[in-house]
Amino acid sequence: MKNIARVKATNLSRRKFIVGSAAAGGGLALGFNLPFIGTAEAATAAKAGSEINAWVVVRPDDTCVIRIARSEMGQGTETGLAQLVAEELECDWKKVAVEWVSPGQNLARKRIWGEMATGGSRGIRTSQDYVRRGGAAARMMMLQAAADQWKVPVGELSVENGLITHAASGRKTSYGRVSAAAAKLTPPDAKSIKLKDPKDWKIAGKPIKRLDTAMKLNGSLVYAIDLKLPGMLHAAVKASPVFGGKLASYDESKISGMPGVRRAVKVHDNAMAVVADTWWHAKSALAALPIVWNEGSGASQSSAIIAERLKEGLTATNEPFASWQDGGDALKTIAGAAKKVEAVYSTPFLAHATMEPNNCTAKVTADSAEVWVPTQSAEAALAVTSEESGLPLEKCEVHKHVLGGGFGRRGGTQDYTRQAVAIAKQFPGVPVKLIWSREEDMAHDFYRPISQCKLSAGLDESGKLVGMHIRISGQSINAFLNPGAIKDGKDTRQLQGLYQEPGDAQFGYTVPNFLIEYAMRNTHVPVGPWRGVNTNQNAVYLECFMDEVARTAGKDPLEFRRELMSKHPKHLAVLNAAAEKGGWGKPLPAGVHRGIAQFMGYGSYSAAVAEVSVGGGGELKIHRMVLAINCGHAVNPSQIAAQVEGSVVYGLSAALYGECTVQNGRMVELNFHTYPLLRLAEMPKVETVIVPSQDFWGGVGEPTICVVTPAVLNAIFAATGKPVRSLPLKNVKLV
Amino acid sequence: MAKLNINGKVRDVQVEAGTPLLWVIREQVGLTGTKYGCGVAQCGACSVHINGEVRRSCSVPVGSVKATDKIVTIEGLSRASSHPVQKAWAELDVPQCGYCQSGQIMAASALLKKNPNPTDADIDAAMTNICRCGTYQRIRAGVHMAADMAKKA
Repeated sequence: MKNIARVKATNLSRRKFIVGSAAAGGGLALGFNLPFIGTAEAATAAKAGSEINAWVVVRPDDTCVIRIARSEMGQGTETGLAQLVAEELECDWKKVAVEWVSPGQNLARKRIWGEMATGGSRGIRTSQDYVRRGGAAARMMMLQAAADQWKVPVGELSVENGLITHAASGRKTSYGRVSAAAAKLTPPDAKSIKLKDPKDWKIAGKPIKRLDTAMKLNGSLVYAIDLKLPGMLHAAVKASPVFGGKLASYDESKISGMPGVRRAVKVHDNAMAVVADTWWHAKSALAALPIVWNEGSGASQSSAIIAERLKEGLTATNEPFASWQDGGDALKTIAGAAKKVEAVYSTPFLAHATMEPNNCTAKVTADSAEVWVPTQSAEAALAVTSEESGLPLEKCEVHKHVLGGGFGRRGGTQDYTRQAVAIAKQFPGVPVKLIWSREEDMAHDFYRPISQCKLSAGLDESGKLVGMHIRISGQSINAFLNPGAIKDGKDTRQLQGLYQEPGDAQFGYTVPNFLIEYAMRNTHVPVGPWRGVNTNQNAVYLECFMDEVARTAGKDPLEFRRELMSKHPKHLAVLNAAAEKGGWGKPLPAGVHRGIAQFMGYGSYSAAVAEVSVGGGGELKIHRMVLAINCGHAVNPSQIAAQVEGSVVYGLSAALYGECTVQNGRMVELNFHTYPLLRLAEMPKVETVIVPSQDFWGGVGEPTICVVTPAVLNAIFAATGKPVRSLPLKNVKLV
Repeated sequence: MAKLNINGKVRDVQVEAGTPLLWVIREQVGLTGTKYGCGVAQCGACSVHINGEVRRSCSVPVGSVKATDKIVTIEGLSRASSHPVQKAWAELDVPQCGYCQSGQIMAASALLKKNPNPTDADIDAAMTNICRCGTYQRIRAGVHMAADMAKKA
């Protein structure tokens, strides 16, 4: 196994960037000061290597340190981004190390590293261009430095694996030896850099191993939850179990004598924390602390009431629906069609349940605030730290840790970071580590929004689809997190994947007389993006209904889809790839049935074939799943397969078990015995087919989840003849 | 006050007897490779070996552990990640976020100690730890690979 050199995340943010700061793409700032830096650390930094540009630092021993601005939460973006930089850099992959960029540095350097937020499967696809240019610029500068030293034209030099050769004279040198001189050169104009043709890639595009595996095998990786700082205190927190409720009163005297307890503290107006010498002491005391909540109006809410509200939205009229239509009058066409199909589907609230519970360590002094946190949005964490501490951004810093899972939970909201700062500022100068219990994590998520969907379709005498109407009624993520994105009461985000949104999630069928509408029905439950976001629910609705319509038309589900896809060649190619690998139409063992589905999201095309059997008592067994994805350029096929395998587990956990129910205004399922997740014994064999078209950059972390559930539900439909229209399956009697 | 033998080293810890072993390992002993995931013995992120048996340390009160019990955490499983399970995990790039993997590796190594040649059904029965990233397919392959490696070693 390769021994990858590595710089601890916290070191970088203590470094002073005075070392040959030459920046690809402009924006060069020399000798500025960052907070928390001593001169001794700056001197150590200088020995550590030369910064060729923002993305590449080269050490005298030829180690190439590649800077990563996005967050790593298991999805492999760290390795993928390093591959792209290394490809253009022409360095020795065995000598690559990575270093995390902090948002404080990004701010101080006028956001030279660009966007840090990691969500929407954007980590690679929206940074690939500038990180590759960063690698290429660093290569050009190091070649130029060698040419200057040898006084030969740079065009006479070649480079491979970080070794520079002048063939005419036989001279050789290495990146480590020219890096100090290279760092002083003027960087080339980023726009003029010619990037490699992906056909010539040697490092990118290959199934090479992750850079971060070794430390995940022996307990040495320090997640934020593992952080130890001198003098640190520990905090456990409990917010009002009813969403929107407030703290009324508490009785600290009941816990004041408990072991290790420092004190109970209010956190904003809706939560209590106990701070103690250890987390176990804090948690135990918090459990014993009498707290009275003013539960507010949310306490009257329940899943049944919410379901009724959504149901009303399925047939409501005269409101500003977000909508999209294609062709003529869908409703009229369906009303006059020879055959009609109608169905109502529903999907529940879901929790993210990252394995590492939310946590954040904060230290606040009179003139600085620091947090150590697992975050998908380091800059949001910085903003929250500044707001909550009352200190300007320049006085704040975020130390990013590798996340023990993200899945959309730890993006822009940063509620746990805000809480940690609110607690720590009541203990000036003392680092306080806040850890949420699993119960707190399940009680206060930003849940996948609940929705229902009514679909109707019309067929002519020959079984040809003549019109389709889809009405979704449910909660809006934007209404909760980003109301500014809603125009005139219409939120098209909830229609993700069902209309021709340019680029990211195009509808894959041509349906004559098509109408899609969204009726917003909000609840008091906080909602947010959940890996795959609205593609998950929308793909279930559309793709399961397609099978119902195909059956009414008397057609094979694959053939029925193909007839609607001639104008969508990329969707069709992926569907065909899944069908072929899945052996669609070929004989299966007795009792095993197939289902198929396709959808698009996050700039990538996905399709799945599932093989399932349903026993006489309704026992479901998922034997095999084939997933096909076209993400354009495939930066690391092994990691794409890993994401696809993982997406099957995430999708099946939701399909089989996932459900957060509301009773008396609060969540009922608070741990894994009531919110079960898929375990190894239930894992089907997964085969991944990558269909690279190499003409675009699509995402990988999310797009395939949404086809998992409809493929399985369609296979169940094939097995039982009964469509499954509500999730999770644990509540459905299959036979 | 408790006396614990962890990774071959005997340590005295000042702690209430009802404290879960997980939190003693993490907070008093300072070994953080053993993770907190649920606190109710559901997820297995806290798995350690006690006298060679895999146990979910979040639900083992430290008072129930004897000074003679041999506790092994992920940090003590092998020198330089040389256990066949760790080597197979590296070979197959099993971890994604990695948070559950200490527990998965402890569960897999305990399985192989008892059953050096496990079938898929044996793996299904023994490997019940939750992985939210969904690395199960590679975990299964990793257990088989580790079994092969152990035989060749």
